Amino acid sequence: MNEYLWLIPALPLLGFVLNGLVAPRFGKGFVKVVGPGVVGLSFALSIAAFCEMLQAPGQSITQHAFTWLESGGLYVPIAFVVDRLSGLYILIVTGVGFLIHIYSVGYMGDDDEYAFWRFFAYLNLFLFFMLLLVLGSSFLLLFVGWEGVGLCSYLLIGYYFDKDSAATAAKKAFVVNRIGDFGFIVATLLIFMNFGTLEFAEVNARAPGVLAAGGGLVTAITLLLFLGATGKSAQIPLYVWLPDAMEGPTPVSALIHAATMVTAGLYLVARMSGLFVLAPTTMAVVAIIGAATAFFAATIGMAQYDIKRVLAYSTVSQLGYMFMAMGVGAFMAGIFHVMTHAFFKALLFLGSGSVIHAMHHEQDMRRMGGLLKHMPITGYTYIIGALAIGGVPLFTAGFFSKDEILWQSFASPAGHPLLWAVGAVTALMTAFYMFRTVALTFFGESRVDKHTAEHLHESPWTMTLPLSVLAVLSIVGGWIGIPHVLGHGVGIGNALEHYFEGFFAKVPAEVAHHEASTELLLMGLTSVLALGCMYGAYVLFSRNLARAEALKKALSPLQKLLEKKYFIDELYEWVVIKPVYYTSKLLLWRLVDVRIIDGMVNGVGNGVRHVGGALRIIHNGVIENYAVGIAVGAALIFYFLVY
Amino acid sequence: MIPVSHVLTLSAILFGIGVAGVILRRNAIVVFMCIELMLNAVNLGFVAFASGMQSMVGVMFVFFVLIVAAAEAVVGLSIILAIFRNSGTLNIEEFNLLRW
Repeated sequence: MNEYLWLIPALPLLGFVLNGLVAPRFGKGFVKVVGPGVVGLSFALSIAAFCEMLQAPGQSITQHAFTWLESGGLYVPIAFVVDRLSGLYILIVTGVGFLIHIYSVGYMGDDDEYAFWRFFAYLNLFLFFMLLLVLGSSFLLLFVGWEGVGLCSYLLIGYYFDKDSAATAAKKAFVVNRIGDFGFIVATLLIFMNFGTLEFAEVNARAPGVLAAGGGLVTAITLLLFLGATGKSAQIPLYVWLPDAMEGPTPVSALIHAATMVTAGLYLVARMSGLFVLAPTTMAVVAIIGAATAFFAATIGMAQYDIKRVLAYSTVSQLGYMFMAMGVGAFMAGIFHVMTHAFFKALLFLGSGSVIHAMHHEQDMRRMGGLLKHMPITGYTYIIGALAIGGVPLFTAGFFSKDEILWQSFASPAGHPLLWAVGAVTALMTAFYMFRTVALTFFGESRVDKHTAEHLHESPWTMTLPLSVLAVLSIVGGWIGIPHVLGHGVGIGNALEHYFEGFFAKVPAEVAHHEASTELLLMGLTSVLALGCMYGAYVLFSRNLARAEALKKALSPLQKLLEKKYFIDELYEWVVIKPVYYTSKLLLWRLVDVRIIDGMVNGVGNGVRHVGGALRIIHNGVIENYAVGIAVGAALIFYFLVY
Repeated sequence: MIPVSHVLTLSAILFGIGVAGVILRRNAIVVFMCIELMLNAVNLGFVAFASGMQSMVGVMFVFFVLIVAAAEAVVGLSIILAIFRNSGTLNIEEFNLLRW
């Protein structure tokens, strides 16, 4: 019984159609029910599918809906697969998606009706494409979802399209993603050329036979796939769109730009683990890019004042973490962090949204402070989220997944102590900047202006309920992946490891033996330091703002560099955008298009006109001349025929 | 018996006169008559060949040419009449409406 799988993506699509076409007649109440309702149903079906998959033979269930394309050697069915990876993903996507839909009912409640149903239509459409991406059984189906979520991301970033910055940010996200999509398409074509199929299962299974391990071809394919992943998952060099994407409404940032869409790149890498382990060069590139992104984004995050921008850079940084895990062959650790990150980052974004909602769309943390007593639920859940991302040992979800990544980057055969060091420093910076936002927003003196302060209020239950649920998940979510060194003594196994047993391909190398004491030592070291950073940031930014200012002055050039995001946007402006712009304008437009192409077309026209102009002299209307012409012509024909 | 070549020569001369008339004369009716003259010169040629080659095909052709010539005379004279009514002249140098 798995004929219902198609309903999981189809329900949000139905929601999109209803909200987009019918809702304007029924008004807001209709949208409030349909928007979250279809996602809730989809979530229920996902749970059913997940449970069925757990018991199914072969650990996956498939529904072959119908044949989409059949042409020569190309055969693409519309088929949905729930296996270990996609099963977990659909739970995250529909579960977190459902919570965020409920939240949006409260958050977007003030918007006018037209904007309201448009928002939910886009959000439903996004979930449809995301589920298609995750459930699709082949590259082509994944690509449909891939482009679809890109489109919805564009629509939702540019949701306030009458704001210039939002329209620009949407455009930027779309264009930058297109660069990654190019890599994805070329990789797909290469795979089809070599395998003759686009089905994931078949490609993964046949990869060792078709492609030489470490060869140029497999390296090229995986690097191109990774290029696609860097675009979607915001890694160096294509991460620049994600911070700007914060122009969209906050629930969108939570759903698309933190919890789900940006993890599509990781999904792709994890899905193709069979290919990636064959290319050690690519794996090294993935790990290094991931570590570098994690580090750079974290440093930028420390100097931003816009609360959503801090969270955005934090997302980029955490995604880098996950890629680092994948790069050292720890696919499971990466996916584990995808899950926990979806919980606590969605929580943090929604919390910041709750604050922004109460502050009448003020996002600058310099004008916040002391909000905890005004909005306790938001405040405490946000703090739980910050504790989770900071990795408070033993009881938050972030600790387990982050520690797993750090340990794997150290101990895995493809790992390196340097990767561990970068990861550990990043973890400390994460703890620091997250508690900087906590202290600046919820503690210390209130810096809220008078008018806003009068209206400060806790958010409605539609917003606080998702916050509470996510806060619980941010704590218990990690307990499925308790490492052996900790769980063994008290008899708790690593449920996640058991779940993913034999699912991902392994890096072909001897697993070096490491003492449990090493793992415990490293774990303890990072944990204690992270706690120290949290406390330091809390003290510095809640009670000693003057000293923080002094520190900022002392580090002035560095601080400026970080606040301006390393001038990367300016660099791209000068190195990429301006040259492309002027090449297009001066060379392609003014020269090639106007001179050469238009020149050819107009030249042909002018040529015909001039020849005609020359010839019309003989067309003078004097009948005798025509008669002479006829006679001479006839004589000539006669002459040539006879002689 | 007059040799065929004599008749053909006469035909060529008549045809030449017709061509010269068409090219040189200005009066539309005269030009028209010259065209008739050319047609009949060709007819003469056909008849000469028919008698010389003991074949009826040439004679048959003459009938067709006569029919075409009669039809052409009807249409042509009508056009000339119409032009004369409109422009009051038969000088073909004045008929240059088709000019650019």
